[in-house]
Amino acid sequence: MNNVGKNMNDVIPSPVGREAPKDSVIAQETLKMKARNVDVFYADKQAIDDVSIDVGLENVVAFIGPSGCGKSTFLRCLNRMNDTIPIAKVTGEITLDGEDIYASDMDVVQLRARVGMVFQKPNPFPKSIFENVAYGPRIHGLAASKLDMDAIVEKSLRRAGLWEEVKDRLQDSGTALSGGQQQRLCIARAIAVDPEGILMDEPCSALDPIATAKIEELIHELRGRYAIVIVTHNMQQAARVSQRTAFFHLGTLVEYGDTSDLFTNPREERTKDYITGRYG
Amino acid sequence: MPQSSDHIVKAFDEDIGELRALVSEMGGLAERAIGDALHALTKHDLETATRVVEGDARIDELEIEIERRAVQLIALRAPMADDLREAVAAMKIANVVERIGDYAKNIAKRVPVFEDHVDIEPLSILPAMANIVAEMIHDVLDAFAARDAEKAAAVIDRDRAVDDFYNSLFRALLTFMMENSHNITQSTHLLFIAKNLERVGDHATNIAEMVYFAATGEYLEDRGHGSDDVGGEESR
Repeated sequence: MNNVGKNMNDVIPSPVGREAPKDSVIAQETLKMKARNVDVFYADKQAIDDVSIDVGLENVVAFIGPSGCGKSTFLRCLNRMNDTIPIAKVTGEITLDGEDIYASDMDVVQLRARVGMVFQKPNPFPKSIFENVAYGPRIHGLAASKLDMDAIVEKSLRRAGLWEEVKDRLQDSGTALSGGQQQRLCIARAIAVDPEGILMDEPCSALDPIATAKIEELIHELRGRYAIVIVTHNMQQAARVSQRTAFFHLGTLVEYGDTSDLFTNPREERTKDYITGRYG
Repeated sequence: MPQSSDHIVKAFDEDIGELRALVSEMGGLAERAIGDALHALTKHDLETATRVVEGDARIDELEIEIERRAVQLIALRAPMADDLREAVAAMKIANVVERIGDYAKNIAKRVPVFEDHVDIEPLSILPAMANIVAEMIHDVLDAFAARDAEKAAAVIDRDRAVDDFYNSLFRALLTFMMENSHNITQSTHLLFIAKNLERVGDHATNIAEMVYFAATGEYLEDRGHGSDDVGGEESR
């Protein structure tokens, strides 16, 4: 644990005269994803500049920052979603359980099952609720029998807090659900392949406050089981759901710290100006 | 300390400005109440004493108003960082200033106890002590309005002088009482008044710590205050 702490401090130096918060060090046993000196270029334009961050199981991490700051770009690096953009180039090191996810022998399909993604707009397949959840386990060969598959679907829907609402209509189309239910279905779909991490890109921005609260409660429930990173424009949401918050600005990681510290006493002037709604 | 730039939402700045103005108004009333109470005491001005006692109601009203505005600001604007700390500090400061007002009222209430002509020598020291605490209140609330941590910290240093005043008054009054038992009633009242002023100094110090935290997000380490331990009572 001490080694990890040292390492963190080497990479992300605390500003002079302030010690890093006690729990900024992520215990080795719960550390899942580690990014070091990550740069991202879209052709000649640099979108991410030297970002290093640790993500553990115990702490939900929120990425905040103004539009175009690179938070979504960086999120997408964590399961190589940027590979789908031909002009994007990622350098630096990102590991999952110590394994370099950009290694040439990394199976990207497998990686995206291990680190699932939930998008801003719920995107269920135009198939039944059951099939939406069963699809992933089937292509990854996770269920040996129909019974197995039923169990996986039920467990995933339960963990996503959707089971009670849909158990009697599993054959209905996923697209017939409400927006909030669709989003939880997408989370169930991500969970079904037994991932290690879940990346959420503005998962609630299309939802009403009740549906949003359900997703936030779900994030709270899932914490500890999966490494969770959420990108959000809603600072109150970041404050509510995360234990660690990273503030991005112009492609750099300005500040990464405990959520409770960052929102009450940010270290950096730029963070303060952003979270208090001032002109920078 | 540089002033923060304006918020993008101008109404947010207005809300914070109004909250600050209320705290300033309340602090100004408490500062004046202390001065007036001492004036009433030394000049045996019963009219002013009554005005101080009655004026405390307005200070109490302002406390409630500040609490209401601060809660509203937190609910409606969801302030973060220094804005949040300031809203919380405003509430806490209002609570402390309300007690300072009570001390002023308490002092004013004792005015009728004294004869027309008070010939107790220690009485002449009290206005100087009251001046210091009134200035402390004034300066610490200026520091709050300006988010000036250093100015707040400077206020704390002055509490030592207040404690020294209290300690020497305590000894003087004790001697006075021992010399002539007829002095005991008046001396005891003066001792309570001195103690009230000493407590006001402590409260100003507490406000300074709140202002420092609101401005910086850090707690002011204990700077080693003077003591008033001759009274055998915890001052802080």
